[in-house]
Amino acid sequence: MIALATNDSFVTPHIAYGSLWPILVIFGAACVGVLVEAFLPRQWRYVAQFGLTLGAMVVALVGVGFVANGLPELGGGAARGLFGSEGTVALDGPTMFMWGLVLVFGLGGVLLFAERHVEGGVSAFAGQAAALPGTESERRTQALDHTEVYPLLLFAVGGMMLFPASGDLLTMFVALEVLSLPLYLLSGLARRRRLLSQEAAMKYFLLGAFSSGFFLYGVALIYGYAGSMDFGAINEAVSNNAGNQTLLVIGMGMLTVGLLFKVGAAPFQAWMPDVYQGAPTAVTAFMAAATKAAAFGAMLRLFYVAFGSARWTWQPMLWVIAILTMVVGTVLALVQSDMKRMLAYSSVAHTGFLLTGVLGLQGSDEIHPGQITSLQAVMFYLVTYGLTTLGAFAVTALVRDSAGEQSTILRWAGLGKHSPVVAGVFALFLLGMAGIPLTSGFTGKWAVFEVALAAGAWPVVIVAVLASAAAAFFYVRVIVVMYFHEPESDSAYVAHPSVLTATTVGVTAAATVALGILPGPVLDLARTAGEFIR
Amino acid sequence: MNDFPWLTILIVIPLLGAVATAALPAGHRLELPKQVALGTSVLTLALSVVMSFGYELDGGFQFTEDHTWIKAFGAHYALGVDGLGLLMVLLTTVLVPIVIGASWYDADPGATLKLDDEASTTRHTKAFFAWALALEALSIAVFSATDVFLFYVAFEATLIPAYFLVGGFGGNLRRKAAVKFLIYQLAGGLVMLASVIGLYVVSAGRGTPSYLFTDLQGITIDPGTQKWLFIGFFVAFAIKAPLFPVHTWLPDTTEQATTGTSVLLVCILDKIGAYGMLRFCLGLLPDGSQWATPVVITLAVISIVYGSLVALGQDDILRLFGFMSVSHFGLIVLGIFLLTSQGGSGAVLYMVNHGLSTAALFLVAGFLIKRRGTASIRAMGGVEKVAPVLGGLFLVFCLAALSLPGLSPFVSEILVIIAAFQHQWWVGAIVVTVIVTTAWYLLWMYQRTMTGPELIGGRAAETRDLDRREVGTLAPLFVGLIVFGFFPMPLLKVINPFVDDTLQHVGVHDPAPTVAIAPAQPGSTQGGQQ
Repeated sequence: MIALATNDSFVTPHIAYGSLWPILVIFGAACVGVLVEAFLPRQWRYVAQFGLTLGAMVVALVGVGFVANGLPELGGGAARGLFGSEGTVALDGPTMFMWGLVLVFGLGGVLLFAERHVEGGVSAFAGQAAALPGTESERRTQALDHTEVYPLLLFAVGGMMLFPASGDLLTMFVALEVLSLPLYLLSGLARRRRLLSQEAAMKYFLLGAFSSGFFLYGVALIYGYAGSMDFGAINEAVSNNAGNQTLLVIGMGMLTVGLLFKVGAAPFQAWMPDVYQGAPTAVTAFMAAATKAAAFGAMLRLFYVAFGSARWTWQPMLWVIAILTMVVGTVLALVQSDMKRMLAYSSVAHTGFLLTGVLGLQGSDEIHPGQITSLQAVMFYLVTYGLTTLGAFAVTALVRDSAGEQSTILRWAGLGKHSPVVAGVFALFLLGMAGIPLTSGFTGKWAVFEVALAAGAWPVVIVAVLASAAAAFFYVRVIVVMYFHEPESDSAYVAHPSVLTATTVGVTAAATVALGILPGPVLDLARTAGEFIR
Repeated sequence: MNDFPWLTILIVIPLLGAVATAALPAGHRLELPKQVALGTSVLTLALSVVMSFGYELDGGFQFTEDHTWIKAFGAHYALGVDGLGLLMVLLTTVLVPIVIGASWYDADPGATLKLDDEASTTRHTKAFFAWALALEALSIAVFSATDVFLFYVAFEATLIPAYFLVGGFGGNLRRKAAVKFLIYQLAGGLVMLASVIGLYVVSAGRGTPSYLFTDLQGITIDPGTQKWLFIGFFVAFAIKAPLFPVHTWLPDTTEQATTGTSVLLVCILDKIGAYGMLRFCLGLLPDGSQWATPVVITLAVISIVYGSLVALGQDDILRLFGFMSVSHFGLIVLGIFLLTSQGGSGAVLYMVNHGLSTAALFLVAGFLIKRRGTASIRAMGGVEKVAPVLGGLFLVFCLAALSLPGLSPFVSEILVIIAAFQHQWWVGAIVVTVIVTTAWYLLWMYQRTMTGPELIGGRAAETRDLDRREVGTLAPLFVGLIVFGFFPMPLLKVINPFVDDTLQHVGVHDPAPTVAIAPAQPGSTQGGQQ
């Protein structure tokens, strides 16, 4: 795909602006946001940044719809899409699906970021990130509103959109860094419990940098193996059995480590509970949903496109990782007493379920007509899991006591008695994550388990159903505390949210039910997205 | 008339009633939501009776509806009932209004069953009735689903109302009981999910994936796969039924739940276990079922004997009923897996009769315990003198549960035991002891609680005879037990075509009718010949 200049004349690179523009809108708005921060008076910034971010995301989301409709068909309709900017960006059906998904999670994130009702007029972010905790300067800046978070959010969303769309390893690495760096910063900006938040950011940064190193090393080894960064070229080298197989296997392993770190698979899950707990809850909500979606999108492209012919090399590895992740996530979640940590470990377990779908890749000749594909199942699961998680963290931010958010599970006693609506919605999210039928979690689980079973991975499916059964215990325990315990004097209360959080919670709750009862439209959307282009 | 969506209406009405009950203002003494709940359940009962007049014996699935639901999953919204489904739907619609009537005051704030129960003043009384109606709707969906996916969804969804009923209303340890109940059921359900997905994979391999029961019955699944699928389904249904050794949730739950909840759980929800074995294990996986028959029969026999022996040692009436149910469910499962028409008919008939007799026992025991303030057998005595109607009905229901001839459980129990003797004489010989032990623990319990020189124990002043509401709720069960005790034929006419169809699908024939002419082992060779 890379056009080589045969003589000295300059060849205009082919960018495909017509299909690339949604992502450019996001990055452009992020740059404008930085300028807004520099030039606009402080009192206007909140409205300007919020409006700019929201507007850019809505425009980009609408744009994704138009672009997706206009993609050219390839290979007799099995896939649709084209390569942009000289083969470095693959603009195909799955990319558009992931873009839409990341933008929807981004919209949820920006609504939660802008919530100022719960904290009494200010946002949940530190007034001045540079002010040391406990000092005079912190007290002086307490009433300020931190508005840099909006451009940071836009940069992260832009990186997440680029990540699954990458057409070569170098773009993928750049996207990885673009999405990660803003998240490191955002994690450290909590207004309350700042030390915990800064510790989380530090851990996230150090471990993230470490895993990026692995990824980069893997890029180098694969380049040494295939002589190219391009996924299509790597796939060709793999199918031809060319080059040094050791380089391929080690390089593949290194790349996988980098990606598994981002999705929080065992044994690379150690950062998740600390970061999820320490980061401002709005950031956790966005991060839990969107990072996972973007990273799984990238993982699918890497495995299916670049290493699709080496299936027998990476599938056994994913079997082990998936089983380990489900067991570790479930077992550790069982013993948590903090809501955000419990949700973090539950997120680890869900990573395991998603990997169950990823390893269910089958060749197109093995799939029966009408049967759902692995790509379809994983993308559908990302929708169901992401929306439910976004909603669950949004509710967690509302349960408070005098010291701020109260995420100790036992303090939620009796929530069902004095705040039946909020407790009911949260119970719905928990049942969704537990995979009870008539919620989206069930249809998602059905889909990923089905593709794994069809691919012959029945041991993984058996572990998965057992892990689901054990996982139900810790979700149900929260329902027991909320509904069957009497309220106590030190129990948490529910702060009244503004329309922003209420919208996020309402939409995600509605989606949790709707995707449980009528998942057809979203499944069809995932089907029409088709295959990856090569 | 057959195009009328009867079954959908039977599902929707209780569901709407549940929403209305939960949404209505409490009003004077919480009467209005309760009346709406009762009205809804009576309306559902009336409609189900009207529907069953249109049922044709020998007609296979009737009142069918079929709409594509989730195309990618091959799932349909498909409903229909055959003989088994119809009886289970009717059992559900009969029992729910009775339970609502019998539990009228049980969920009120501050109401307790036993003296030492904590009196919760903040409980949502309306929720009890709303959840009961939701459970009715989902149970009807379970019994009438003719699509495996729809069945599974409804099967798992019944857990939510059941969980809130157990966890929200009952004794001091109800939360623990509710969690135990839910975890057991979910674990079983998820193991079954693996098999349900397996069916999809098999069906996709034969062309277009479909979960329709009739489509699945049409494809031949190779015996090796059938064994694995059978295990998944059977584990879930054994937990639901419940069968030894996965029965331990049942006594804990019946001990802690209100008696109304226990009726819903034991008499309706647990029937799903036996129903599933008949419908899916035998109906879809004939080779797997035959392969597993020896193990299942062994487990059933252990359940029968073990349940009744442990029941002997119980002091808590409600726990005793829990173990009694384990024993009786063993008989039902045994009847199903003997794979003879006698055993099958006996088992299905027992499902109905057990529903009636156990519901009656739980409810009358609930009235007794509320009066005495304790469920301990040892702490009671002499109730008969103060409350003769209560004592008399208690005796009749005990006699029904121990299968006295003339009361309906007798017919079903004797059918299963005869079939057991035909299968292997020693199986019959072991099983027949249950008649003795059941009579022993039930009559012994009656003797210790009801007879005696004087009333002992707490709440003496409150121990009056049954009032009109209580007698009214027990009367239909009393009538049913006696009528079907003398005239079981109407039920058997509905059951027999279903049993014959199922056994024909499994590919077994009844052993020769006269044992004397048949060679030495009349039953043991039936499995292999097709």
